[in-house]
Amino acid sequence: MSDNGGGTSAPREISYLEAVREALIQEMRRDPTVFILGEDVGVYGGAFGVTRGMLEEFGPERIRDTPISEAAIAGAATGAALMGMRPVMEIMFMDFLTISMNQLVNQAAKMRFMFGGKASIPLVCRAPAGSGTGAAAQHSQSLEAWFVHTPGIKVVAPSTPADVKGLLVASIRDNNPVIFMEHKLLYRMKGPVSEDLYTTPLAKADVKRKGRDLTIIAYSIMVPRALEAAEQLSTEGLEVEVVDPRTLNPLDTETIVRSVSKTGRVLIVHEAPVTGGVGAELAAVIADSEAFDYLDAPIRRLAGRNVPIPYNRTLEAAAVPQVGDIVAAARALALEGN
Amino acid sequence: MATAERAKAEDRVSILIDEKRDLLAELGYEKLAWMLQKMCETRHFEEKAEELYIRGLVHGTMHLSIGMEASPVGSIAALGPEDLIIHHHRGHGHSIAKGADITIMMAEFLGKEPGYCRGRGGSMHIADLPGGNLGATGVVASGIPTAVGIGLALQMQRSDQVLLSFFGDGATNLGEFHESLNMASIWDLPMVFICDNNQYGMSMAVQRAMNIEQISTRAISYGIPGKSVDGNDVLAVYQAVRAAVERARRGDGPSLVDNITYRWRGHSKSDRNLYRTQTEIDNWRARCPILRFKEVLLRGGVMSEDEVEAIDLAAKATIDRAAEEAATMPEPSPENLEDEVYAP
Repeated sequence: MSDNGGGTSAPREISYLEAVREALIQEMRRDPTVFILGEDVGVYGGAFGVTRGMLEEFGPERIRDTPISEAAIAGAATGAALMGMRPVMEIMFMDFLTISMNQLVNQAAKMRFMFGGKASIPLVCRAPAGSGTGAAAQHSQSLEAWFVHTPGIKVVAPSTPADVKGLLVASIRDNNPVIFMEHKLLYRMKGPVSEDLYTTPLAKADVKRKGRDLTIIAYSIMVPRALEAAEQLSTEGLEVEVVDPRTLNPLDTETIVRSVSKTGRVLIVHEAPVTGGVGAELAAVIADSEAFDYLDAPIRRLAGRNVPIPYNRTLEAAAVPQVGDIVAAARALALEGN
Repeated sequence: MATAERAKAEDRVSILIDEKRDLLAELGYEKLAWMLQKMCETRHFEEKAEELYIRGLVHGTMHLSIGMEASPVGSIAALGPEDLIIHHHRGHGHSIAKGADITIMMAEFLGKEPGYCRGRGGSMHIADLPGGNLGATGVVASGIPTAVGIGLALQMQRSDQVLLSFFGDGATNLGEFHESLNMASIWDLPMVFICDNNQYGMSMAVQRAMNIEQISTRAISYGIPGKSVDGNDVLAVYQAVRAAVERARRGDGPSLVDNITYRWRGHSKSDRNLYRTQTEIDNWRARCPILRFKEVLLRGGVMSEDEVEAIDLAAKATIDRAAEEAATMPEPSPENLEDEVYAP
């Protein structure tokens, strides 16, 4: 398992949320073109507290409160990026990106290509995503598949504090629009993170746990769940390899294919609804690759049910994969084809 | 025309000329000639585009602004060379007025590799970033929020530049318009919102699409100045936009200018003109912005008839040459098609 913490100095334990904030602060100190805009990011500190305290250091011009205008927020980020700024827009909930879609999909994603490669749009859209907070159907979605399906946009979904810091810095420095998914349940997760300002490369998967019997491909919140499931399965003698793509587009196909070729079995796990989800793309990539020849069992997906996220705690948990579901699915897959 | 009516019409023109005399003197021969040239180039570019289309030489769609030339030219005449524009699908006039190389523009229209967008964008997406033309976008109103970001960057970079954000009347019914005017207003951004109001969103007449007399009154909601002007009078457009540009450059924030004009042609190639009468179209053709400007230049004593016609003929020759040259330019290759999707 990788816990490099990114930099060279000894890592400390901080939360995922603190790692996001640290990335923003350190990169804003380094690069005056970086600024934050979004709803309640200033004195309020952001709906989840990510930007708390930043207004004091950077002032209202670079920690810019906006009206509740998600189209104009995305447009402001797009236009500023076109002019050489590096805006980091915070959308309060990923669900609200529905309002921003025209700017992100028709403007930010396409301006470079349709202007003949003569523009670049280096913006980051930080999007708190996912269920588990009892916020019901309009504040719990995981909409990554929409953006993965849009050429011109990159999609990043980090799963650990160390990754989220390095990947956010890399996303800010990237010259393209990046949708940066932060799962709300990960915000409190603690892990080792270097105090240094470092980058973790985009489009590079990370093997979070090595194993010989079966590969689980998981990202975002499903990585810690898959790791917990792997520990349980290990006591049964089943050694699971957990691969975290980290960037969903562009995908690090090589790492995925190598792992599946080694284990011969693959379970793809994500929270978003199974139909048309990123898991379908991952399955197709594997089926199209040389890993196909090594498969001892069908490629399996364990993903969110095809329902809006419900409010009730039991129903909400039932809508998306939990640790127990991953254990059961992996156990069943391990027996298939034998 | 009866003698009395003719006399009355003459009077009106004389009054108009008198009102404009100071402005004509202030603008001077060169600038006025430039304005006429850009209007004529736009007209001839679009007539050529239409001809090429009818002859089956154009693959894609196009949106003609014939009859609307005063709006982009009068507006952009109020800018300095360092200033910026962002515009829309009916944007040939904006690109030409902002100084586009007509041959490269025609090449883009024909989908050629040397075109402004290397044949990837076409008529609807012409952009010349080094020339301050930050591009035409095709989804109605979509350029407006992006413009807010451009204005924001200018402000944060402490630039003296001003941005003109062009859109049509239809765009003012989208949420993006309202979010953007509000945001630009609260931040005092150095920009001007300009409505090329041709009075139809495809087939939907402004009168059917909104319950207000003038689009400029929408500015009141955002606490910014709003002005509706005769968008077929290039000098009136210039005056209104110049005042708005000066305000923006002073750091006093954005304005909304509504240039009321008319498109003679259909919305696009699919239009059968079922939503308006021939009489209405003819009435507006009689108010041709180019003929009106020529008349002002003649009667204002700025130019002789020969000089006016020489500018028009030269514009036509420029377009003809551009079309000939562009036609010989190479097509783009599908090889490496994905190269421009992401920036390195």
